[in-house]
Amino acid sequence: MVEATPPKIELRGICKSFLLGHGQVRSVLDDVAFSAQPGEFVAVIGPSGCGKSTMFNIMAGLETASSGEILVDGDVVTGQHEHFAYMPQKDLLFPWRSILENTSLGLEVAGETKKIARARAASLFAAFGLSGFEDSHPFELSGGMRQRAALLRTVVQGREVLLLDEPFGALDSLTRTDMQSWLQGVWSQNAWTAVLITHDIREAIYLADRVVVLSARPACVRLNLTIDLPRPRALSMTTSAEFAGYERTLLATLHEETRSSRAP
Amino acid sequence: MKNSITVKLAPAPRMTVLSALAPPAATLAALVITWQVAVTAGGVQPAILPSPQRILQQGWEARTTIWENTLPTLQETLLGFAVSLTVAWTLAILIDFSPGLRRALVPLLVASQAIPIIAIAPLMVIWFGFGMLPKVIVIALVTFFPVTVGLIDGFNRTDRDAINLLRSMGANRWKQFVYVRLPSALPSFFTALRIGIAYAVTGAIFAEYVGAERGLGIYMAMMKNSFRTDLVLAAVAVTAFVSVCLFLLTYVAERAIIPWHSKARRSWHG
Repeated sequence: MVEATPPKIELRGICKSFLLGHGQVRSVLDDVAFSAQPGEFVAVIGPSGCGKSTMFNIMAGLETASSGEILVDGDVVTGQHEHFAYMPQKDLLFPWRSILENTSLGLEVAGETKKIARARAASLFAAFGLSGFEDSHPFELSGGMRQRAALLRTVVQGREVLLLDEPFGALDSLTRTDMQSWLQGVWSQNAWTAVLITHDIREAIYLADRVVVLSARPACVRLNLTIDLPRPRALSMTTSAEFAGYERTLLATLHEETRSSRAP
Repeated sequence: MKNSITVKLAPAPRMTVLSALAPPAATLAALVITWQVAVTAGGVQPAILPSPQRILQQGWEARTTIWENTLPTLQETLLGFAVSLTVAWTLAILIDFSPGLRRALVPLLVASQAIPIIAIAPLMVIWFGFGMLPKVIVIALVTFFPVTVGLIDGFNRTDRDAINLLRSMGANRWKQFVYVRLPSALPSFFTALRIGIAYAVTGAIFAEYVGAERGLGIYMAMMKNSFRTDLVLAAVAVTAFVSVCLFLLTYVAERAIIPWHSKARRSWHG
């Protein structure tokens, strides 16, 4: 297959194994490969403990791969962090910083002056439904708002690829649905490229252009499914026949993987 | 309507201060009254055990002398504790940045706590005389350990995910320290500070007791030698008062320096 432009991000043959001592080796990732086009939203699902977070840490430059490469725009960037903005599972908003100070943290760390960093973050508060909460502290915000602030902190860094590690995992299901539909809305207005880790199949289908299913450990890509649903997506779409079809396919693949991970 | 809300909310914080102070105050009052009654009813010699009333009376009469001896003790305490804090912060930061130093220093720090101050303090007088220096050293010796350990522990208790977030933003070790490790450690620091300040006053009294020109410690020693039990106990009461004041000051400092801590804690529990 010949492509005119390289994908925004591409993982090639990523392997990761840990030494357990006594000469034992645990292989976590075994030849993980997938890519995302510019502006594409890719969701990654897999059995729990399959190494999704390790994969993210490698992408974010926090851990090194045993082998394999990561490419951004066709250039090898393995081990570099500056292309990725990372949003961890926990919101990790610091209680000693106001919401504005928390959201501008990444720019400040990158060497931007406080004034410029805060002005850039402040300009996004309206779009993230956080207007008026600039000087509030994290403990004064609801779970959903905290998660939006954490996403703002991720997005405002202006990195090329967003890495979202189960951003809504800790929210109650009502707030989670709200957040998904909100994210879907902001998404359609921006040209972000993102990789999302999730346990929630419906969340993956609803938000993503493509869903990558990882196998049980050691993980490799078991299925790479394009979600061909029009955007913007309404919540009512989640009850359509097409949606249910995707859900069945993903569920079947995942179940197969979960079963094989339990086998001796 | 607006007024009624203000009126309703205003007494709340005062109530908490009052309700915090009332039980210990009542307990103290009960103890003092029992003591007074027991001494008067039992006809105990004042030189053995004076009544609270006598302690108050004699202490008030000797107030100028007691005050003149309180000032140097307070001065030594604050200076010694300042030295202790400087040493603790320096050590803790060095140890936080260097695993090698951690392995080299932490066992020595622990060992330093095995030094019996009761044996060292008189030697300090022989080495450094009756002035300020031996007191400052003793106070620093007894207080730097809890503060250092509190700080090291606080730095280490930083959320690993928070460190990873900072790393993903491109923060080097120094920036990780300034943006996350340092603020994360401040609540532990204030806890350690409270333990330290309580030891500091006792350390000052102790250092003076074995030899000083002035101070509450040497005053107590002299009064004991002239069988003025009442004035010894008056000086003890002043010492306790000073300790409590310094202890409360740490809360004031905590509120001023990390206001977010108590607010965040309150919102989690309520």
